Amino acid sequence: MEPIITVEGVVKRFGREVRALDGLSLHVPAGIIYGLLGPNGAGKTTLIRILATLLAADEGVVRVAGLDVHRQAEAVRDRIGLAGQYAAVDGHLTGRENIEMVGRLYGLSRRQARARTSVVLDRIGLGGSAHRQVRTYSGGMRRRIDLAASLVGRPQVLFLDEPTTGVDPASRREVWDLIRDLVDGGTTVVLTTQYLDEADQLAGRIGVINHGRLVSEGTPEQLKSHTGPAVLELSIPDSQHDAAMQALGQIAPAAYDRHRGTLVLPATDGVATLQHALRALDVAAITPTDVGLHRPTLDDVFLALTGTGRTDRDLNDPVEATL
Amino acid sequence: MTTVDVAPRPTVAARPFGRALAHTGVLTRRNLLANVRLRDVLLLSAIQPIIFMVMFLYVFGGAIETALPPAAGGSYVNWLIPGILAQFAVFGASTTAYGLHNDRLSGVIDRFRSLPTARSAVLAGRTLADLTRSGVILLLQLGVGILLGFRPQTSIPALLAALGLALAFGFACSWIMATLGLAVRNTEAIQAAVYSVVFPFTLVSSVFLPTQTMPGWLQAFAERQPITVVANALRGLMLGPEALPPGHTVAGQTVLAIVWTAAILTVFVPLAVRSYRRSVS
Repeated sequence: MEPIITVEGVVKRFGREVRALDGLSLHVPAGIIYGLLGPNGAGKTTLIRILATLLAADEGVVRVAGLDVHRQAEAVRDRIGLAGQYAAVDGHLTGRENIEMVGRLYGLSRRQARARTSVVLDRIGLGGSAHRQVRTYSGGMRRRIDLAASLVGRPQVLFLDEPTTGVDPASRREVWDLIRDLVDGGTTVVLTTQYLDEADQLAGRIGVINHGRLVSEGTPEQLKSHTGPAVLELSIPDSQHDAAMQALGQIAPAAYDRHRGTLVLPATDGVATLQHALRALDVAAITPTDVGLHRPTLDDVFLALTGTGRTDRDLNDPVEATL
Repeated sequence: MTTVDVAPRPTVAARPFGRALAHTGVLTRRNLLANVRLRDVLLLSAIQPIIFMVMFLYVFGGAIETALPPAAGGSYVNWLIPGILAQFAVFGASTTAYGLHNDRLSGVIDRFRSLPTARSAVLAGRTLADLTRSGVILLLQLGVGILLGFRPQTSIPALLAALGLALAFGFACSWIMATLGLAVRNTEAIQAAVYSVVFPFTLVSSVFLPTQTMPGWLQAFAERQPITVVANALRGLMLGPEALPPGHTVAGQTVLAIVWTAAILTVFVPLAVRSYRRSVS
């Protein structure tokens, strides 16, 4: 079966210097949630924008639902939904009016749009607030209205660019449930996220993008198995980082996780690796302040693949990081 | 889940014109509702042009009355109101630039572009909503003008023609502003661009004062530029031929104003549509 999304050798340049996408290829089978991960500036949003017909690729082939996104853009738009990084809903319209409007723009008649809107509103559990203007909504409610608006046209493929950024934890779970239900109903979802646990929870397949290329792909379990059965995490005083990296280099390549402030290395032999590492540090006269051995998380995979700790921003302080 | 599913959906793509019209209607309504529901915005945007009008009337009025042509009936208000209506047609159009700019910042333009929305509908919906808004404010200005002593000297049909002309010209200017609002990325830059176009054009014109007292080189520009042509046409239609500078006729100025309107639309509708298709936030 042809994958519902085909991306072959896509290049996108911005100006002369920047190659946001540098020969990227990936395939998304129908009916799954595909998570796109990558550090800030890796090209995730550029890829989403090309897939959603907002941006033209400079080179390569992009097909969505069997259609060329450039030459058959209009037909592609009939089959996709997009929820961007910001909830693109109108504050001065009610929740219901927002969704009905998008339904009309998908080509539904007034009556069809009204009927579909009721269905979608029930689905996202905002029925009771639907008559209120959206500017009175909380951030999480706005997000849900935004998602609902992209559902009203019954898209085959839904693109979600950071669907839960700025959403409180309780609403996050609701958005996740909604996304899972969509996939059960036959929609293919492609999402970017800065939360690795979100990708872990939701995605059937994950593609890791770095410098405009796909650097790894697989199920979350497959990705985690790349880093071995366990990872070793060491807290070392800042002044001794370089010496520690060198000492540990004999055992396995160590990486510095800026966000956790720790050195991380694959522990191929579990506890034995831990013992080797401590011995090597002892020889170098370095004493770690903390040591941990744990099963790999997507954070560890991500660090190993891209050399940075998180996908985008520091989770604990997203506001500061975006300023 | 059985309700929010993937299913074939009747499409109106077979009737592109009908679709464009339906989408334009949907988006015009959306933009108009913003005017009606955000009350403070509506109130302030209606009050500002009226304050402007009253200010010019009383600040300049006394000094200028002696310099006015006889058709003004010796009162500055008769001279000023047609000019102010021409000026506001341009000023009101700048709303289009800000509206589109804000829609792009909030991601709404991205959403519209990812939908099978008729290409022309987003811009047409915006400019038509702004046209309606300008129509309301022009009527308000005319009403306040009449309260302050403005007396049209011609006929009701001529008055209606004048209002229609002002709105048509304002609609054309909306497309200039649409191009600007989409092509310029930065809010302050848009403000600067709007003011550096709108202020010189409205001041160096016959809107507030007859152009005869300006230095020759400036007068040459002021007499030929479109806002003067529109202000002259409105004056001719509302006050009669005596209100025009020597050698000008009401019909001549009206036709010229229509030609300017058509020329602006011919150039800027395609430019704005191109900017829209390329606009990427």
